[in-house]
Amino acid sequence: MNDLTLEVQGLSTHFFTRAGVVKAVDDISFSVARGRVLGLVGESGSGKSVTGFSVIGLVDPPGRITSGKILFRGRDLTKLDEREQRDLRGNRIAMIFQDPMMTLNPVLRIDTQMIETVLAHDSVSREVARQRSRDALGMVGIPSPEERLTSYPHQFSGGMRQRVAIAIALLHRPDLIIADEPTTALDVTIQAQILAEVQRLAREVGTALIWITHDLSVIAGLADDIAVMYAGRIVETGSVEAVLDRPLHPYTHGLIGSVPSRNARGSRLRQIPGMTPSLLNLPAGCAFRSRCPRADAACAADPPDSFPVEGRTLRCFHPQLEMMA
Amino acid sequence: MSGGPPAVTAASVPVIELKGISKRFGKTLDIAARMTQSARRAMGSKVEEPVVKAVDRVDLTINRGEVVGLVGESGCGKSTLGRMVAGIMPPSDGTVLFEGRDIRTFGSDEARRAKLKVQMIFQDPYASLNPRLRVDEIVGEAPRVHKLIGPEGFDAYVDAQFNRAGLDPAYKRRYPHQFSGGQRQRIGIARALAVQPEFLVCDEAVAALDVSIQAQILNLFMDLREQLDLTYLFISHDLGVVEHLSDRVAIMYLGRIVEEAAAEEIFSRPNHPYTQALLAEVPRIDTRKRQFTAIKGEIPSPINPPSGCHFHPRCPHAMPVCRERAPVLETVAPGHRSACHLNTQ
Repeated sequence: MNDLTLEVQGLSTHFFTRAGVVKAVDDISFSVARGRVLGLVGESGSGKSVTGFSVIGLVDPPGRITSGKILFRGRDLTKLDEREQRDLRGNRIAMIFQDPMMTLNPVLRIDTQMIETVLAHDSVSREVARQRSRDALGMVGIPSPEERLTSYPHQFSGGMRQRVAIAIALLHRPDLIIADEPTTALDVTIQAQILAEVQRLAREVGTALIWITHDLSVIAGLADDIAVMYAGRIVETGSVEAVLDRPLHPYTHGLIGSVPSRNARGSRLRQIPGMTPSLLNLPAGCAFRSRCPRADAACAADPPDSFPVEGRTLRCFHPQLEMMA
Repeated sequence: MSGGPPAVTAASVPVIELKGISKRFGKTLDIAARMTQSARRAMGSKVEEPVVKAVDRVDLTINRGEVVGLVGESGCGKSTLGRMVAGIMPPSDGTVLFEGRDIRTFGSDEARRAKLKVQMIFQDPYASLNPRLRVDEIVGEAPRVHKLIGPEGFDAYVDAQFNRAGLDPAYKRRYPHQFSGGQRQRIGIARALAVQPEFLVCDEAVAALDVSIQAQILNLFMDLREQLDLTYLFISHDLGVVEHLSDRVAIMYLGRIVEEAAAEEIFSRPNHPYTQALLAEVPRIDTRKRQFTAIKGEIPSPINPPSGCHFHPRCPHAMPVCRERAPVLETVAPGHRSACHLNTQ
């Protein structure tokens, strides 16, 4: 229990727009333990990024966390004021974005940006801060870090920039890193390099990691646990083996069937009909029911969290329990 | 089989044959730059213009009814190659044969007909549709201009194209922004099919789509192939997608094709070290928590590619000869060609 770095309970983040309320995140619960990697999977608009932003406290109006607890090492982040949040952000909790230029300032040299980050939370000399920055660049596999410190972001390739962003996230050896699709824009060989670094960090430093992605294949190789989001809700959680080998929720099942894999060469993919619903004024009940082959009248009500097996949670009235057999 | 007279039966002649095709992009110099250049030249120094060889002497044959996957990382020239195949970008060097004949010998009528036979589907379903046209106009414009349909048949024809691409014709008076990404991609497909092509060039056509939508579009491509007897050049960086769809696969690295073989062959017995590394890196849904080991180094800039074999700085098997000479594609097994010096050792 005490080993949980992050425990999210019943979190809801809603956006109050002129057109209506968008329940981007609606009553979700999950946890990440020290040194573990949680894969948060979902399609665009499923609320996975907003979940990340909620945890690190970067939800802007008209968005607001409307209910729930975010326990970070036992402390509820939703109760902190702005100053306390700033103390944690970038220090104990860090975020890596899909576009590294969201982290990097294009007109400042890398060393300026990194030293600034170190000094924001630690009172050390500039020399020490520089040393730490250089070590962090070396750790993420940037060749000749001493020279690269004096470069500007535009002098790096996309993969290298993402490494710099990761190095900045690592400067304070955070307890939790939230990575929002950090390798989606990268090429396969570069993505593998980044994944290798991240894996090593989780193992060696004990950082807990939330890896947000739409790519089940990346999660399959990287994560320990998986949480599947659909239309603002977590519909299924469990270990990667359990969820990918024996999916219980029809959506997870459909998602896995949609991924082209080597066994199914040339055959039709098992597609999910229809498309993801708009989150604006989403009606009550299971949001997947219009696309679900198992849906019936019961699905018009909200399915509660259930715990079909040890270590798994599920939100479905008609789970594919035959998968367990 | 190649270069036959135009009268050969259609079945034996490849739809598209590329011979030593290259594409170079250079900067067009303004007058000041040209003057400094000629001044430098006058002073006896050597002047080299910065030229990107996006595609470098590529041979590729695509037979009728085949799906050829073209794989490579960003900047390797795969999109440029696709555009040259589709006839919307002229090559700097080399020959494109369409149904066995050099496209440069075509008269204007013939060239237009050949162009209609090859259609392209683009990656970005947002940028590739004119936002100011209603979607029935987008789909029906080309067939009307090319007189495939008269004014009276317009509506029925557009409806048929919509149905074939899995769209509801009831929405045909809407604008592109009123559709989701997957539906827009279907509009792009309906537009391409409306001129009755035989050959589709799909440039990352599913890369921008969510997984569940991607599966729908891939299924649509496969259905259309059966119904319409289409030939595809399927360009993608996603090996999973290419493996699923293709009969034959060509792997590109920095402007050159480094390996080409039947899909099953290349995925089970990759020959080129780059292909091997690429296949090892692909995240797969059936692998579990694994050690990622990466190919070292970055993808070099195509402006200044490494000498000899472009892959040698990253290759675990690099030998002195790799730095000096570029390997050529050689047959390593029936129907399997690879460009690596290891094969000629």
